[in-house]
Amino acid sequence: MAMEITQYLLAAQSADARVRTEAESNLRQFQEQNLPAFLLALSVELANNEKPIESRRLAGIVLKNSLDAKDAVTREHLAQQWMAVDIAFKSQIKELLLQTLGSSAPEARHTSAQVLAKVASIDIPRKQWPELIGYLLNNMTQRDSPAGLKQSTLETLGYICEEISHHDLGQDEVNSVLTAVVQGMNLAENSSEVRLAATRALYNALEFAETNFENEMERNYIMKMVCETALSKEAEIRQVAFECLASIASTYYHVLETYMQALFELTSNAVKGDVEDVALQAIEFWSSICDEEIELQEYESADSGDSGPPHSRFIEKSLSSLVPMMLETLLKQEENVDQDDSIWNISMAGGTCLGLVARTVGDAILPLVMPFVEANIVKPDWHCREAATMAFGSILEGPSIDSLSVLVRSGLDLLLRLMNDVNNQVKDTTAWTLSRIFEYLHSPAGGYSVISTDNLPRVVDVLLESIKDAPNVAAKVCWAIYKLAEGYEEAGRHSSLFTPYIPRIIESLLFAASRADVDDSRLRSAAYEALNEVVRCSNIKETAQIMRELLPVILQKLSQTLELQIVSSDDKEKQADLQASLCGVLQVIIQKVSSTDDLEIRSIIMTQADQIMFLFLNVFACRSSTVHEEAMLAIGALAHATGPEFEKYLPEFYKYLEMGLQNFEEYQVCSITVGVVGDIVRALNDKVLPYCDGIMQHLLRNLSSEALDRSVKPPIFSVFGDIALSIEENFEKYVPYAVPVMQRAAELCAQMDPNDDELMEYGNQLKCSIFEAYSGILQGFKNSKSEVMLPYAQHLWQFIELVLKEKQSDVHLTKAVAAVMGDLADVLGTNTKALFQDLTACANFLRECLGSDDDDLKKTATWTQERIQSIMVA
Amino acid sequence: MAPSDLRRPYKRPQLSDQQRRRELSLKRQEQSRDAELHARRLASTLLSLPPEQQPSESEPEPEPEPGSSSDYDLRDASKLKGPEARKWFAKQLMLPEWMIDVPHRLPHDWYVLPRPAGKRCFVVSSDGTTISRQRNGTILHRFPSALPHGSRNRDGSGPPSYSILDCIFHEMDQTYYVIDMVCWKSYSYYNCTAEFRFSWLESKLAETKARDPPSYYHKYRFSLVPWYDCDLSGLHKAYTGEVPFVKDGLLFYNRHAHYQPGNTPLALVWKDEYCSQYVIDTDNKGQVPSHQQVVLELQDDGKVTTSDDPPVVFSCLNLEFIQQSGLESGCLLRFAIGDGGLTIVDGKLERADLHYLGKSNRARAFADTYSKIMFQNMVRGSPLRIDDLVASISSSVDGASIPDVEMICG
Repeated sequence: MAMEITQYLLAAQSADARVRTEAESNLRQFQEQNLPAFLLALSVELANNEKPIESRRLAGIVLKNSLDAKDAVTREHLAQQWMAVDIAFKSQIKELLLQTLGSSAPEARHTSAQVLAKVASIDIPRKQWPELIGYLLNNMTQRDSPAGLKQSTLETLGYICEEISHHDLGQDEVNSVLTAVVQGMNLAENSSEVRLAATRALYNALEFAETNFENEMERNYIMKMVCETALSKEAEIRQVAFECLASIASTYYHVLETYMQALFELTSNAVKGDVEDVALQAIEFWSSICDEEIELQEYESADSGDSGPPHSRFIEKSLSSLVPMMLETLLKQEENVDQDDSIWNISMAGGTCLGLVARTVGDAILPLVMPFVEANIVKPDWHCREAATMAFGSILEGPSIDSLSVLVRSGLDLLLRLMNDVNNQVKDTTAWTLSRIFEYLHSPAGGYSVISTDNLPRVVDVLLESIKDAPNVAAKVCWAIYKLAEGYEEAGRHSSLFTPYIPRIIESLLFAASRADVDDSRLRSAAYEALNEVVRCSNIKETAQIMRELLPVILQKLSQTLELQIVSSDDKEKQADLQASLCGVLQVIIQKVSSTDDLEIRSIIMTQADQIMFLFLNVFACRSSTVHEEAMLAIGALAHATGPEFEKYLPEFYKYLEMGLQNFEEYQVCSITVGVVGDIVRALNDKVLPYCDGIMQHLLRNLSSEALDRSVKPPIFSVFGDIALSIEENFEKYVPYAVPVMQRAAELCAQMDPNDDELMEYGNQLKCSIFEAYSGILQGFKNSKSEVMLPYAQHLWQFIELVLKEKQSDVHLTKAVAAVMGDLADVLGTNTKALFQDLTACANFLRECLGSDDDDLKKTATWTQERIQSIMVA
Repeated sequence: MAPSDLRRPYKRPQLSDQQRRRELSLKRQEQSRDAELHARRLASTLLSLPPEQQPSESEPEPEPEPGSSSDYDLRDASKLKGPEARKWFAKQLMLPEWMIDVPHRLPHDWYVLPRPAGKRCFVVSSDGTTISRQRNGTILHRFPSALPHGSRNRDGSGPPSYSILDCIFHEMDQTYYVIDMVCWKSYSYYNCTAEFRFSWLESKLAETKARDPPSYYHKYRFSLVPWYDCDLSGLHKAYTGEVPFVKDGLLFYNRHAHYQPGNTPLALVWKDEYCSQYVIDTDNKGQVPSHQQVVLELQDDGKVTTSDDPPVVFSCLNLEFIQQSGLESGCLLRFAIGDGGLTIVDGKLERADLHYLGKSNRARAFADTYSKIMFQNMVRGSPLRIDDLVASISSSVDGASIPDVEMICG
């Protein structure tokens, strides 16, 4: 077989599909029959300089894919598989890979570096390859090491740092790795390939250098090398060096003071004169500094008085040079750039940085930017006009509302006129600037707005005229309408000011969504999203008639999507997108209309419910294996709106509900479906009984699945509570299945690593949802059969005690614990007296709750206290 | 070159509308879940709260264990917390404020109903029995009723459930007058507007025999209070109309307001001599005192305040006096308002001429509200008259057809 693997690897790249498929199947067979031999054969192939580079490269890729995968479950499975391979095979494979680092073929060296890093990512955290780092460093210190070996060794080190956590290496190893890498950047001693590889490796290793950056001498040395490298004659190396500087700006902000003068010169020269890729990274350096300072300021204002990390006010200090530098970049726009694709150029980066600077320093930016805006906005060159509006739009977040409102009030008219500019990009940016103005300076409910009854008519006129413009401009206008409407959300009587314009706006948005002259999916979805916001923010009492008329229009459009000719996969995608948008609009209308208690308004939905549901079911039927996420969301809203009436739809809908619950790959869909289960059981109460066996089976299976994204699991527990509340004592038959799963999940919570913030946040959600499940189940048994839960009380109590000990501060969780304590006492009564014997912890906890600022929490705690008291005195 | 993920939202929305739709759905689901649980939890307290809390003095207090004195102990607390339990309970009822100025848009946004004289209480029916509890948590009656699951006579009342009504018990004809509906057959009406609750109340009650005359399984009759849109004719009917009960003022409900436990300005009470026998507060002997009396709560810092949230400060007692009189924070104290009266500047209370009378009756759970004190104060001086209400309605109706200038500018 080993002899033939070359043939298979080559054949697997054949242009002939038949040959290819056969070769792939042979390779797979080999892999399944004898994995260790297969992996060894691949590494032999990769290491063998006699073999064709094509087969060597594929050997490396197959090897890499045998060790690593994108999805976490598969990745863990592959790691276990590798761990199980016989040590004799593993040693040989590793030896061959290290040997390949010195190969004369650059591609083989590079592939080998990637594979080595994957092996290291499994073996190093498990302490299975302690000698690796030493071996690699040896490659670097051997005087006669060829440049190619040094380059691929540095590459390997960089990849390893990317893969593993810095906890996996000892400080000695970190020191040696950094020394080797920084020496590799040395201009005098190394070729450009080596220096590039070294600089890249440093970028990955920066996170490991925490201790070294605390030491002034070491820090000085690293900074000196990076700054020197940023002046290399090779642009590619300069670019990576600036990437390092941007990363240092965020990771080691607190030690930058000494270097700032040098860094300012370095970056401003790059922004002004270097090639674009380097200039972009230099701008990124300043954006990162802004990010840090914004975060420090938020931290400061959150806990004032606390001596937090130092704020060096770099942006404030360099403001007078930094702002003009960024303004200059705005004038370097490219022609005809499609902004929504993967393009990132210097004027975009400069505009973004300017926005961050404004957020950092506030009002201080205004005198530096406004003269630029005023001078350029009237110039004949469109570049100037676009840069002026861009500059103005960028600084609308940060400075005080008062200062900005004055500027906007005097400039709004000019901006509205620019919507008729001859240049497309000027109009595009102006529309964006208008949306930013509405976003930050238009909040009638907050007591301020630059929009008044005087200028609102003209603003609406201009927007509705421009929505007929080129699709990119029209899409930005939709967004401006979105933000304009948003200002009237929950604005009480102010929202009435907007009401008279709503019919025209809706008409224009519907027009934009189905323009005959352009076929632009971005414009279409922007138009429907703006429509959603207009509906959401409208005053339903005043717009009921509008909703009554809008609903059949949207239903008609949705119905038309079912008639579309579907030939290609593009057609299919377009149909699905359109259905998503329309179902979204329906969801918003349903939710809006049913949020009122006015029965006559609610009848808008009730009388159309059959038709709505008929269409949703047809939308589902357009796909064979997956369910439509937006339709699912909308159905939840419909169930909530119709209440018990929803029962008649369930026989037809149930199979899609099951499909949604089984959709592990698109876990968002699964999660939404779980929420819809909650809506349905609440709407139907015990009428949902015939479906409960099926639903519970799916939910239990989902909980036990490794493949389902963990974020879906807390909602499933919560929905257990919903089901129990709805079917009450009928939940009894599920208790022996559901509660043990809750118990296991509770035990899992106890074992979580408290140092892992992300995991702890998930843990809090999980705990909350388990308590919600208990609360629902307990309260569900309140009217009868409460004894069913008695055997589980002890375990629940232990879980409560565990959570109390953790002293966490999540208010949602605190509320859930306080509530479930009361539910225990409330439902199980004096049977739980024994549990409440040691009351100190519980009493302390409730006292803390009573002292909280959160009203809901106080109410819950008082109730719980009263419940416990009532069993203690009984 | 592609932008870094961090900087990607260039000239584009940061949050997708789809994400927003998901989040709003989740929020709606969470609120529905909370409302379900809240109703059940309230029902159990209504049913099982001990009928009367023993005054703590009547029981010998166990010696506190050494070292644990600072620990708050629930078992001890359970004997002391009678007033706390009452407070919690009373906070579950929606408590109208007193009308001290006339709300705008009365005919558009408000209902008016005649208020029966009697005891305000929650009536809860569940598991074959019905219990009524007064504002302070004490049980008024435990009885069989024709409300769902309100008696052992289970004919067709469906699966187990509970219902909660907000009532006034009228002694003279031994009738519960239903003024609001909180839960019906375990369905919570907390998050529903008054408009919705009122329109369902009648049909729900009609599903049962609760409005029938008393019988073996139905000890007290339930009756509805008529409600009207608060236009001129509605106000007239409520104010002068014949009702089978003794009137004690008028209630005003904002039709958009949810059932909000605790004090709320979205429900108001108003009265004058014509429609109530009890306009001016009397003392416990039934006499109208020469000076207005108020009950205020003593705070840690010596301030005496109303029960509003946030509380309104009426005065500050000096600490020496507090110690001498053996008062503790949380005490409810009775004061008379002296000839100096209340000094109001720009609508805010600036100074009150208070004279300490003593501690308040133990049965009270709360200090007076600001609106009550002000209403009583006005009644003694320049009351808000029915003519003022009529005038406000007339101007509001006239003004409805022209644009409301004040509103647009505001």
